[in-house]
Amino acid sequence: MTIVPIIKRDYIIKLAEQGKRIDGRDFVNYRKIEIETNVVNKAEGSARVKIGNTQVLCGIKMGIGEPFPDTPTTGVMSTAAEFVPMASPDFESGPPREDAIELARVVDRGVRESQVIQLEKLCITPGEKVWLVFIDIHILDYDGNLFDAASLAALAALLTTKVPVSRFLKDLNERDRDSWQERLLELYTIPGIDEVAFGTDVANKNPIEDFPLPMIEPPVSCTAVKINDFILFDPCFDEEIIADVRLTVATDHNGDIRAMQKGLSGSFSREEIQKVIKGALDNGQEIRKILSHSIGK
Amino acid sequence: MKSDIKLINNEGKRNDGRGPKDIRKIKIEAGVLHRADGSCYLEWGGNKILVAVYGPREAVPRHTQNPLKANVQARYNMAAFSVEDRKRPGPDRRSVEISKVISEALEKIVLTEQFPRASIDVCIEVLDAEAGTRCAGLTAAGVALIDAGIPMRDIPVACAAGKINGQVVLDLGKEEDNFGDADLPIAISPRTGEVLLLQMDGHLTYDEFNEAFDLAVQGCHKISEIQKKAIMDKYQNAAAEVNE
Amino acid sequence: MSNEGRQVVIPGQILGEFPTFKPGRGTFVENQKIYAERLGVLNIQDTFINIIPLKGRYDPIVGDFVIGVVEEASASHWMVDINAPYPAMLHVHEVPWEIEFADTEKYLNTGDTILAKVLTIDESKKLQITLNDRNLFKLKGGHLIEFEPSVYRRIMGKKYSMIEIIQKYTRCRIKVGKNGRIWIDGDAEGIERVAQAISKIESEAITFGLTDRIEELLKKDAKDVR
Repeated sequence: MTIVPIIKRDYIIKLAEQGKRIDGRDFVNYRKIEIETNVVNKAEGSARVKIGNTQVLCGIKMGIGEPFPDTPTTGVMSTAAEFVPMASPDFESGPPREDAIELARVVDRGVRESQVIQLEKLCITPGEKVWLVFIDIHILDYDGNLFDAASLAALAALLTTKVPVSRFLKDLNERDRDSWQERLLELYTIPGIDEVAFGTDVANKNPIEDFPLPMIEPPVSCTAVKINDFILFDPCFDEEIIADVRLTVATDHNGDIRAMQKGLSGSFSREEIQKVIKGALDNGQEIRKILSHSIGK
Repeated sequence: MKSDIKLINNEGKRNDGRGPKDIRKIKIEAGVLHRADGSCYLEWGGNKILVAVYGPREAVPRHTQNPLKANVQARYNMAAFSVEDRKRPGPDRRSVEISKVISEALEKIVLTEQFPRASIDVCIEVLDAEAGTRCAGLTAAGVALIDAGIPMRDIPVACAAGKINGQVVLDLGKEEDNFGDADLPIAISPRTGEVLLLQMDGHLTYDEFNEAFDLAVQGCHKISEIQKKAIMDKYQNAAAEVNE
Repeated sequence: MSNEGRQVVIPGQILGEFPTFKPGRGTFVENQKIYAERLGVLNIQDTFINIIPLKGRYDPIVGDFVIGVVEEASASHWMVDINAPYPAMLHVHEVPWEIEFADTEKYLNTGDTILAKVLTIDESKKLQITLNDRNLFKLKGGHLIEFEPSVYRRIMGKKYSMIEIIQKYTRCRIKVGKNGRIWIDGDAEGIERVAQAISKIESEAITFGLTDRIEELLKKDAKDVR
């Protein structure tokens, strides 16, 4: 466990009192964000995100399996995160601890509850076979703000994922294949379903080719921490370990709030929460541009 | 039947266009991570490996401390998305075994007596897998250890040879590993020729073994040059650029 | 330039033959040949071949000035992190204060930073440090940054030339620990510029003319210089 020297903590606070941060940023700005997609050949989709020195890799794997009994025509998604020892001297090997589980669940909810993946378009044979989407987050280098880096990596990976029809088609029997073909034509021409899919080529009607995972424009998450009374966005490692409390807010392109998560054991006032929401909206817009650019839009 | 699949033609050309003694394309970069004491990113054919080294640091838990030298712990792990069919996160039996043989190879080459009670942790993450990941992992580990400033007798390097359609070849690709007749990964200390890692499965006659072994050693020496260049690019040449 | 060769060497690289040359720091001998044991720069003094490491965790030597961060206070000692592979022990008898038994927390507690000296190292590398010296004390205020321990010599410079230049142009009080830690006290701008200079020294450690370039960098926005 890294002990924070009191001197360092006091210095960060002293700078904050002057409106500054140890790396020269102001309170609201993010470090340099880099997104690279299609970095893993074996994965159906992948993205490597760097925010400052923090580096996260997300890989999307797909498969075919049974749907949940209460949602027989919906694809299944799941999210896992590995805090591998490589990323920090404080990460130990072993089963995921609460930090990793919290991160995976927050990223998962961010995708699931906003229905970013159009899971209803991933049914092959109702009640029997649907597409499975596995989101796996691999932390490579930890310098603060894993929440934003991980969720951005997951989104960039999903937005460039290709459903591997060609590889799996041969494993489907004739009945499944017919069902899939039928559903494809039906799902992609039903009026009312959001056709302006962010990154989806709706026109693809050939069921044998791989096609882009059907997605809608996703919310973007932004995280801030509070140190004494100062709200700092995109905390680096030194700021994160002395922070009293952390808030992640996901906002969409309409300016609405889609997800929130408070972490650490401090507290926020109502006004402070408003401040974080405002900063999340502003930063969210910028990050959305970077994300679009990285997937070639 | 395994040997029915054509992996190499009569002119000695393999399915991916390589000759029997050709190694897949390798790219090595040292010092790519910020937190780790040393690191290395390596691409070998379709393999993408990232290695981080931490240490020497106090070995924990206490009872694992060796009062005379450091422990070298390699942890080989495959990312869930690194393989064709998603792998459940966490160590499986294969990863545990590979971690062990790599740890043992590195223990021999690192000057562990200089750090009693300490641990040198080598984290090998396979991000994209395409046969030969243990050789790629160990080779990258060698570079990461140098980047971390760990004292060693030499730079360990690994390469595999095998047999496909009855012919001994160097550096098996995915198909060749799955459908070939034998696989022989080795790691050596290139300066002395000492063998640090040796495994074999399949079927080789005594002569074929010798042929494969010599071929693998040759491969190791070639790859050793790439390792050294990666370190020099980072340290010597980067400095030279500043002085220009 | 200086005869300090800036040739980078790697583990297992052959450097010379014994007894024409003798094995110095960072080398080992096998079959009468001298080899480098780690990544570093070749340095030949008389007939001794030495390797000056470019990377590596701090390796304590008795007498080293180090900057430590207290990890925990026990009844008769403190455990201190000195950025080495091992934590160091500071015994109550090695501090300038009269301490009642179990009152250790009143004087030094978790997170406190001290300028100390390495006192003893035993065969299994158990370390003891001391504060018993006029030059050693608890540090207050300022900022703490870390640097690659192997560039300590470059940060100090020949006859302290480098560190003096840094102090002069930034007007900061600076204490450099051999263990890869620097304590800096001054105004925010000064501290920032010291950090920049250290970062530059780290990345250009084996180049020539570094002292001049650091002076150029610091001169650029220096307010006034004595």
